[in-house]
Amino acid sequence: MAAERHDPAARRMDTGAMVKEAGATAIVVFALAFALVGLKTQDVPGGLAIITRFDDVFAATAIAFVGRMAIILLRVGRPRLVLATALPFAGILMFLLLSSRFLDPETGEKLARFLPFDSVVVNWVTTLIALGFAGRAALAIRHAAESLESLEEREKTMDRVGAQVQRAARYLGPALLLLAIVFPFMPIADRWLLDIGILVITYIMLGWGLNIVVGLAGLLDLGYVAFYAVGAYSYALLALYFDLGFWTCLPFAGIMAAFAGIILGFPVLRLRGDYLAIVTLGFGEMVRIILLNWYKFTKGPDGLSGIPRPTFFGLPFKRSAPEGVETFHSFFELTYSPIDRIIFLYYLILIMALATNLFTLRIRKLPISRAWEALREDEIACRSLGLNPRNTKLTAFAIGAMFAGFSGSFFATRQGFISPESFTFIESAVILSIVVLGGMGSQIGVVLAAVLLIGLPEFFRELQQYRMLAFGAAMVFIMIWRPSGLLAHREPTIRLWGRDGPAEAPK
Amino acid sequence: MSEQAAITAPSGTPLLTVEYLTMRFGGLVAIDNVSFQAADSQITAIIGPNGAGKTTVFNCLTGFYIPTVGRLTLHHPKGDLLLEQMEGYRIAQKAGVARTFQNIRLFRAMSVLENLIVAQHNKLMQASAFTFAGLLGLARYRTAEKDAVEIAKYWMDHVGLTDRADWNAGNLPYGDQRRLEIARAMCIDPVLLCLDEPAAGLNPRESADLNEFLLFIRDEHKIGILLIEHDMNVVMGISDHIVVLDYGRKISDGSPEAVRNDPAVIRAYLGEEEDEDLPPEVAQDLAAAREQEEGKA
Ligand SMILES: Nc1ncnc2c1ncn2[C@@H]1O[C@H](COP(=O)(O)OP(=O)(O)OP(=O)(O)O)[C@@H](O)[C@H]1O
Ligand SMILES: [Mg+2]
Repeated sequence: MAAERHDPAARRMDTGAMVKEAGATAIVVFALAFALVGLKTQDVPGGLAIITRFDDVFAATAIAFVGRMAIILLRVGRPRLVLATALPFAGILMFLLLSSRFLDPETGEKLARFLPFDSVVVNWVTTLIALGFAGRAALAIRHAAESLESLEEREKTMDRVGAQVQRAARYLGPALLLLAIVFPFMPIADRWLLDIGILVITYIMLGWGLNIVVGLAGLLDLGYVAFYAVGAYSYALLALYFDLGFWTCLPFAGIMAAFAGIILGFPVLRLRGDYLAIVTLGFGEMVRIILLNWYKFTKGPDGLSGIPRPTFFGLPFKRSAPEGVETFHSFFELTYSPIDRIIFLYYLILIMALATNLFTLRIRKLPISRAWEALREDEIACRSLGLNPRNTKLTAFAIGAMFAGFSGSFFATRQGFISPESFTFIESAVILSIVVLGGMGSQIGVVLAAVLLIGLPEFFRELQQYRMLAFGAAMVFIMIWRPSGLLAHREPTIRLWGRDGPAEAPK
Repeated sequence: MSEQAAITAPSGTPLLTVEYLTMRFGGLVAIDNVSFQAADSQITAIIGPNGAGKTTVFNCLTGFYIPTVGRLTLHHPKGDLLLEQMEGYRIAQKAGVARTFQNIRLFRAMSVLENLIVAQHNKLMQASAFTFAGLLGLARYRTAEKDAVEIAKYWMDHVGLTDRADWNAGNLPYGDQRRLEIARAMCIDPVLLCLDEPAAGLNPRESADLNEFLLFIRDEHKIGILLIEHDMNVVMGISDHIVVLDYGRKISDGSPEAVRNDPAVIRAYLGEEEDEDLPPEVAQDLAAAREQEEGKA
């Protein structure tokens, strides 16, 4: 296999075989697209009608054929041909797509008819794929193909990139932090951007929390959102039933979530890998379903509303406060502005996320975290050294869950309303994707991945419906490209020598 | 239960007494009524052909298997402990029985130094007050960690890994990985060290170094060593006492000389009958080679 990879000639195929392979792909695409894309129901006066879009089906089939050919050609070491086709193709598509912008609308309209698909988005996706092929071909020409092929080489290169990013993070981290601190006072920071900022930071915090469980302890947890839910409901219920404030409830929410973590931890002590993932997934659903059905306590699908907003040391963010309570703006003699509350929430989550990060950085150097990592590496060896695997795993679950609980109560206080709707499996999947994409165990990777996966889609709202598709594609890509995550790189938690020890580790 | 060869008490103070140890896996009897003793500050070798049940004895001793029958008594300085009744990790933590594995089990993605520090987990955990004091960065934990690094350094010096302390364990060459695993086991400060084929895959030079290292551990640290080994040079060169297993049964037990000359061992081990199964020309070559060797000696 390895030898084959390095010798394109060994994989040379005759044209017939190529056409056959590409044809098979095209047939699969045709079969799938025929019903899913070709037929569409539409409301018409007097009922539903089926409209057909067979032109799209044919375009998709043709593109699949050509694309597969490109893959084959790249594989057998003919990148020049691919480059020569893909680049002009992408260029023409782009010209057609943009023509209405710089030509007069009428000509633009006429030209647009030559586009392969009706939907603008799909056309753009096609263009991007063509560009991707062109780029890949260009790289292959430059590197004489073989260096890109070997997984081991790539792993080494990517590890070096991860190491460089982590080294850069020493400066990049504080710079990002400074940016995050001044962000609310920048002129561009309107309410919308601040909301996105809050959302992204919430996910960063969740990512860092899950990183303890998945990245350090190596326990694949697909039900992380359950702890987020437990935190949110703990705060909401405590606040509504006992009239307690956010700051009093925050530790309770963390403790409740940690407790839920231990409850999950016990039955899964002996499970690893896929089995563990399935049970945690089930646990996440169980929590959601309990919240949904325990109507008397949680109001089920109606959700809990009227959750108190956080206060600034007892000063509420309101235009006018009830008798005897002073508001934030009157205390500081400011004019009332609704954005104050958003800015406060922004800083609140920023501080909570930072606390999570500091905690993780600190605990990395403590025996408990080394034990988590050792457990991830080899549980049997751990037992032979007198480490208690049960306690070690349970603390990982509990501490990871605790941070989800904290961010859950933040979520509740920010929204003022929660319902089981907000805690579906897809949330767990998103958080896990952030951890996996960023690189397991990499703090800065989580930040970048959260910005990429949560922040970017907010800017392309019109593409919402393609979000999950992009997610899936990103995950598949990462699993093929580098399963340990884009920026995964592990630095020893303690060094005997400086970075340039007497014998530098092999790269 | 079948008969077994008599127990020959080793010369020193006993550290471990194994009595009537039997381990069955369904119908397969991996160990059959084995009893022996191992002494403190001595190297006790367990030898035997492949599949004789040597690793299974270790797994019973270190809590990975619960023996079907048998009593495993460790004569710990603080009092006798019954190993078969203890939970796996407690055997290392409380009884101080450390082991290595036939197929090396290092924390491959962690550095050499980290491997040795994880082995001192329980001590450090206490010093960090179960993480709370550690999070606050109290001095007590910092000094404890410094001490742990000193201990790690001591062992790295002895296995020649100090220069590569920050390497990932998985990046070390095979022989160094074997040595690191022994160093790691020593970091739990054991009273009994169980080594499962530490010389497997080592070249003769490395193997000789290993002998010296094991003797150093025995003499300087005064702990008992249980040694599973196929390499007869290692076994005959350094062990004080040898237990021979074959098909799960103990067939001999005594000093190296006694075992070497025990006809039961020669039969099972050097396998006179086995030569007869060989094709005649191979048997001839073998006989010639033996003669030559004897001539040299
Ligand atoms: N967990 C188990 N389940 C079933 N059978 C087992 C198990 N562990 C060991 N055995 C069997 O017990 C017998 C003894 O195995 P053991 O690994 O102890 O041999 P060994 O003396 O260490 O051999 P080697 O020199 O090859 O390492 C073998 O027949 C093995 O197949
Ligand atoms: Mg064995």
